[in-house]
Amino acid sequence: MGALADLDLSALSVSVRLAAMTVIVLLMVGTPLAWWLAHTRSRFRPVVEAAVALPIVLPPTVMGFYILVALGPYGPLGRIADLSLAFTFTGLVIASVFYSMPFVIQPLQNAFEAVGKAPLEAAWSLRASKWDAFLTVISPIALRGYISAIVLGFAHTLGEFGVVLMVGGSIPGQTRVLSTTIFEHVEVMEYSQAHTISAFMLIFSFLVLLAVYIANRRFPIHVS
Amino acid sequence: MSRLVAQFHVRYPTFQLSIDLDAPASDITVLFGPSGSGKTTLLRCLAGLERASDGFMQFGNDVWQDEKRGLCLPLYKRPIGYVFQEPRLFPHYNVRSNLLYGYKRIPVEERRIAIEQVVDILGIGHLLERRIHKLSGGEQQRVAIGRALLTSPKLLLLDEPLASLDIQRKQELVPFIKQLHKALHIPVVYVSHAINEILQLADRVVLLKEGKVVGIGALNEVLTSPQFRRNLGSLRVGAVLDTRVANHESEYGLTRLEFKGQFLFISLQPVSVGESLRVHILASDVTLVVGQIDCPTSVLNILEATILEIRETDQSSVDVLLDIGAPLVASITQKSLVNLGLKPGQRVFAHIKAVALNEELVE
Repeated sequence: MGALADLDLSALSVSVRLAAMTVIVLLMVGTPLAWWLAHTRSRFRPVVEAAVALPIVLPPTVMGFYILVALGPYGPLGRIADLSLAFTFTGLVIASVFYSMPFVIQPLQNAFEAVGKAPLEAAWSLRASKWDAFLTVISPIALRGYISAIVLGFAHTLGEFGVVLMVGGSIPGQTRVLSTTIFEHVEVMEYSQAHTISAFMLIFSFLVLLAVYIANRRFPIHVS
Repeated sequence: MSRLVAQFHVRYPTFQLSIDLDAPASDITVLFGPSGSGKTTLLRCLAGLERASDGFMQFGNDVWQDEKRGLCLPLYKRPIGYVFQEPRLFPHYNVRSNLLYGYKRIPVEERRIAIEQVVDILGIGHLLERRIHKLSGGEQQRVAIGRALLTSPKLLLLDEPLASLDIQRKQELVPFIKQLHKALHIPVVYVSHAINEILQLADRVVLLKEGKVVGIGALNEVLTSPQFRRNLGSLRVGAVLDTRVANHESEYGLTRLEFKGQFLFISLQPVSVGESLRVHILASDVTLVVGQIDCPTSVLNILEATILEIRETDQSSVDVLLDIGAPLVASITQKSLVNLGLKPGQRVFAHIKAVALNEELVE
């Protein structure tokens, strides 16, 4: 029971809510963007691809710094919202969307490229409108891509630290998440608490990745 | 009879499509030409899958594309059934759901073709609950054709639907395509580069070369035209006759065919008397004789003919276009032409060494 208490349920709840919100936003924004990347012949495609991949290589502090500036009361996003979004849950979601973007976009883009245009044209020839064809043909065929995108986006958001610390601070119940909690425990030498949360995240992350790889290997796509 | 009017002028990186077409839209029209001649691109333009910036298309009274007015209906708004080279079945649905995908998406009052009818014509009743990956290539293509038919299309476009199949499966499917056209009365536009598919299926042929129409007309008119010889001379030139089975002479292993009051023999065919049979006569199998021969001959097939036209094909030979109630071509030497003194309008006898069924032709 001690271990469960150490887990800090409010931080867990913030982590899960943050990851879920981030994935939902990314699926909505990322689906059209990934579709565009998969099918465009535009010469701007590599530029957009590089921009999407940036969070993989950039130090989280660099991203965190610019997002913090953008979200602050004098930044462009802060001005639109007419208040400072820094150190709020909303600000954290915005930051996470950028930070986890490649982990959602890239699996979707790969899936859309693999599906190709052939099934889409077939669906059109059977009177399905563009939306209808996307929902009933493209999405089910690209289902594995969606599962990978959701799982990786969720897990990666759970694991982010640098950006969260810079943009969200660590306000209990609002912006304190599991990864920042570990850091704070270590700072005050509470190693056993840090251990519990770390082990939880380690096992969780491993299981998530395992599930993705198993799903990719043999997930049968059947609707009827 | 409704007409198909199409004008497409569009430049692609590697070639240019320049089409001006006005043809009756009924029966089976085959777009024929070598690979790279623009057959598939033309078909995709007809469907609205490719958009020619300078384009116009009308089917019957319906205008589907008119770029002068900025109009181009997307494929899903056109009453077209489209069958691709590959079956493109949806892997997450079984056969029945694939068949019903389009059927469910058309208004009830527009459903002229029933599921039972399609299943029956295509012989896919036993496959309905199967998964797609459990079907053979020929079965998949039959389901794809069925799926397209179940949208009750006003026009059926087929893009080399047999190209991905082996010869045996091809021979299985050709009668299905003929039958569905007969039974459902849907105009068909069929892309092919296989001469024997054309000989078996086409009522009308549009001959394409390098993105342009170089010949158009009824099958036999096109096959016997100089355009065909000029553009597809590597193929054996010949004529196609739609005959009727008169009687069988089974003691000799022969079937006697009637064509406009004249008769032809072919090896015994499993077709009942009165049925129609399409046969192919190669130009190189036709010999010309001036006047009645008194000496007995082993040739069984002798047709009365009138010379319509003489066309030089190369230094040593000519094509003689004959009228036997339909066009027939004889390929003879220049020397024979001079020796016999053949002229247009002259009456001759055409001795035919072999009459072939189209099914027996090999490319």
